[in-house]
Amino acid sequence: MPDAVIELVDVNKWYGTFHALKDINLEVGSGEKVVICGPSGSGKSTVVRCINQLERHQEGTIRIDGVELTDDPKSVAAIRSEVGMVFQQFNLFPHLTVLENLTLGPIKARGLSRKDAEERARHYLERVHIPDQADKRPIQLSGGQQQQVAIARSLCMEPRVLLFDEPTSALDPEMISEVLDVMVDLAEDGMTMVVVTHEMGFARKVADNMIFMDEGETVERGKPEDLFTNPRSDRCRKFLSQILQH
Amino acid sequence: MKRALLPLSVLLLAAGCASSQNWGWYVIDPTTESGWTNVKFLISGMGATIQISLIAAALSIVIGLIVALPSLSEKRAWRLVNRVYVEFIRSIPLLPMLFWVFYGMPIIFRSMGLNIPIDPFWGAIITLAISDSAFTAEIYRAGIQSIARGQSEAAQTIGLNYFQTMRYVILPQAIRRILPPLANQFIYIVKMSAFASVIGMQELTRRANELVVTEYRPLEIYTLLIFEYLLLVLIISAGVRWLERRMGSDERGQ
Repeated sequence: MPDAVIELVDVNKWYGTFHALKDINLEVGSGEKVVICGPSGSGKSTVVRCINQLERHQEGTIRIDGVELTDDPKSVAAIRSEVGMVFQQFNLFPHLTVLENLTLGPIKARGLSRKDAEERARHYLERVHIPDQADKRPIQLSGGQQQQVAIARSLCMEPRVLLFDEPTSALDPEMISEVLDVMVDLAEDGMTMVVVTHEMGFARKVADNMIFMDEGETVERGKPEDLFTNPRSDRCRKFLSQILQH
Repeated sequence: MKRALLPLSVLLLAAGCASSQNWGWYVIDPTTESGWTNVKFLISGMGATIQISLIAAALSIVIGLIVALPSLSEKRAWRLVNRVYVEFIRSIPLLPMLFWVFYGMPIIFRSMGLNIPIDPFWGAIITLAISDSAFTAEIYRAGIQSIARGQSEAAQTIGLNYFQTMRYVILPQAIRRILPPLANQFIYIVKMSAFASVIGMQELTRRANELVVTEYRPLEIYTLLIFEYLLLVLIISAGVRWLERRMGSDERGQ
């Protein structure tokens, strides 16, 4: 796929002697949505953290928009401007208002004027369905709203790709759907997304491709319906039966 | 037993005060002319003590941050730089360091062909600032490390560089945790500034020493000296509590 936004070729990573990622290959095209699932400790979070270089891989090649990731700080900075990230724990800045959380990156890293940055921030707050919370502090919002702010914060950098690292795992059940609604909206607007999640309903609805990981390997990949209805490996079948039971 | 100690000591003190032949408060009695002159002489050291302490504390806050930053690096060599500085500096007692700076450093400067005299004022400030910076560095390190790693990760993913991350995300949050121990260090500096008296700095303790030599009333004069330091420290404490309240309300979003 020549127009791949993200390309991983034989990526390996170790933590000390622990082999965390084993020969990971992944291609994500423009506008494509990929869902990664798997049991905890399977390396699925590590994959997305390597894509935006919060973690360094030791072997293999990662290319974003054709640019290879190296240790060069410039290449890391270039990646970060293309790739947004939404964390499980939201990681909003508690000492800033919602609006300040959203404008910090555009003003300091992109050199936007305050006025332009605030305009952009309000636009994206509307996009994530919470236009009225701009002047509150993160702590005054519900968990779901905090994650919606975090998504808006990433969007304000206008990235080519959005990475989601278990975005709903820290939320109370009644908050999950608000966040998933926003993510479905983004998917329908054509955003390129890599989502680590256990929300199989979401995967079925938006994912073009699904990857099942276990023990640092990609065990199985395919269309969501194929994976759900006809998993080839025992590991994948067992995992799916466990999370689909309830 | 322990409970009896406090009333007992109060009783002893009262008895001591009552027997006038042991006490000579006249020496610092502000209602008499000579007593007032003495009190003015003692208090006139206050300006130097405050100046030395403030400048040394300001320098220590800056140097401490510079020393603390390499301790947070992923690179071992940087962390080592921090460890060596902290372990070395905090192991030097203040008085030998003061002598080294005041008497020793001018010799080094001369050997380098530089003519930089070190007077008691700057000698005391340099010594206090460097000595204290090892402790403020540790305070910064603990404060910065107490901020969850996700904060700096989030800052990186929105394109902030290292210094922007520190300036806009980490330090504003860490400062609330750093402030109380930093205030402790400021109080420590105020008290340790008394050592400047031995290199001839005319601050509170030096003034008291000089008056004791002429009046020979150590008990009364040093008692007043202690209360002078107490007053300074109480003022600092009140100021810090005010600052903390202001910042606390900020974090709760009011």
